[in-house]
Amino acid sequence: MISENAITPKLIVRDLSFHYGNDRALNNINLVIPEKKVTAFIGPSGCGKSTLLRTFNRMYELYPKQKASGEILLDGEDILSKRQNLNALRAKVGMVFQKPTPFPMSIYDNITFGVKLYENLNQHDMNDRVEWALKKAALWNEVKDKLKHSGNSLSGGQQQRLCIARAIAIKPEVLLLDEPSSALDPISTAAIEELIDELKKEFTIVIVTHNMQQAARISDITAYMYLGELIEVGNTDTIFTNPKRKETEGYITGRFG
Amino acid sequence: MFTLYTRRRLINWLTLGTSSLAMAFGLFWLGWILFTLLQHGLPGLSLAVFAQNTPPPGSQGGLLNAIAGSLMMTILGTLIGTPIGILAGTYLAEFGQHGWLAPVTRFINDILLSAPSIVIGLFVYEMYVVRSKHFSGWAGALALAILVIPIVIRTTENMLRLVPNSLREASAALGTPQWKTISLVTLKAARAGILTGVLLAVARISGETAPLLFTSLNNQFWNSDMNQPMANLPVVIFQFAMSPYADWQQLAWAGALLITFSVLTLNILVRVVFHQQTSTH
Repeated sequence: MISENAITPKLIVRDLSFHYGNDRALNNINLVIPEKKVTAFIGPSGCGKSTLLRTFNRMYELYPKQKASGEILLDGEDILSKRQNLNALRAKVGMVFQKPTPFPMSIYDNITFGVKLYENLNQHDMNDRVEWALKKAALWNEVKDKLKHSGNSLSGGQQQRLCIARAIAIKPEVLLLDEPSSALDPISTAAIEELIDELKKEFTIVIVTHNMQQAARISDITAYMYLGELIEVGNTDTIFTNPKRKETEGYITGRFG
Repeated sequence: MFTLYTRRRLINWLTLGTSSLAMAFGLFWLGWILFTLLQHGLPGLSLAVFAQNTPPPGSQGGLLNAIAGSLMMTILGTLIGTPIGILAGTYLAEFGQHGWLAPVTRFINDILLSAPSIVIGLFVYEMYVVRSKHFSGWAGALALAILVIPIVIRTTENMLRLVPNSLREASAALGTPQWKTISLVTLKAARAGILTGVLLAVARISGETAPLLFTSLNNQFWNSDMNQPMANLPVVIFQFAMSPYADWQQLAWAGALLITFSVLTLNILVRVVFHQQTSTH
């Protein structure tokens, strides 16, 4: 489906179905997520785009009634297999949520929290890592003098960038963003969007968004979903200017959904 | 339209009036109680109250042994009850979403929460005092601990439930094991509320009489041995207030004033702590 040549697939989804108890939320999804690109999932509420995103780090396993079947290959390894260590997977696949979720601790400790799970860094290296992550998340200049302050003392937009910094501090390969700017004002949204553009140089990014303009602005690949089906996926330009399927066109032009 | 508006204003006025009256009614009695307490208790307060032990009728004395006993048993009861309560509350909130154990525990805990404290006293009497063949400070602390547990369980669970699930998900998304998420993130997020619960439990047990009547009983003399019957403020107040001796009654008033104002101080402390913790977030 994706025809560009210089693309390496990072995630390959094969025949993925998902159930909440007895309700099917995803139906036979097949999809390729290319490395170091931004892939956006769009579609009306309840279409399964967040559900699909949450299978990539098996977030759904927090809830025993949720089940995924099929295959998701991360660099060729099936992450849905029982042999896949959950915490090792989440170290590679980071996630940022809709609402900012700073932990009840200092800005500094928010960043080191995840790092400490995987690495034994000395004080100096840890400081460097915190600075690196906060710079990557375009937050360093605003917080460098108050690293000991509570993460909750920041504004909503800053909190969200703190969460992004926390996610990238453990150096994941894939970054999942679940409507990361829907709770933010336009200025913070712009900051996050610029950040995503910057981050895709190093990370594979998958983003769920309700905002079609946002998908058009920031993504390379767009996938349109409806009622648990993947309707169409392709280059963002193509999807927004010349979609193959009538349903996609209807949603994008606002006639439906 | 006009009549509808007038009606609404009338209802508003009525509701405001009745609720203000109800508030005034409640405050009136509370004020009266505090006033009487101050009126009778203040004259009895002197250095001797804190420096001398409970006297025989007709001679000079204070409440030192009762204050010390109350402090020891309250602190010990809190130290025993709090960890159990926090751990059990954590189980109910964080692990108990599925299966039958958590709902049953929660139901039993609710019963325990509203059980008359004298029943707790009788229980410890049967299980501990009868077997050890004497009243003791340990038995008193145990009875108080049993009163602390359900309060702390309830507040811990409620406070943990207030922690948004998104915080748990965010922690899990970093690959954090569940025990670390709970100990470093959710319990930390709920700590102000849990601390409030503990302090409220302390306030509750520091005035309990019935469970101590059957367990630590009382002691006329200084005693720091937890294996012996132990003096404590509530039972001393009970005994002295019922006595025909004026000096004992005076000491009872002083003791009542002491308890009431330590509970008041504790409650104010709770508010200050809770306010500080929530506003720094």
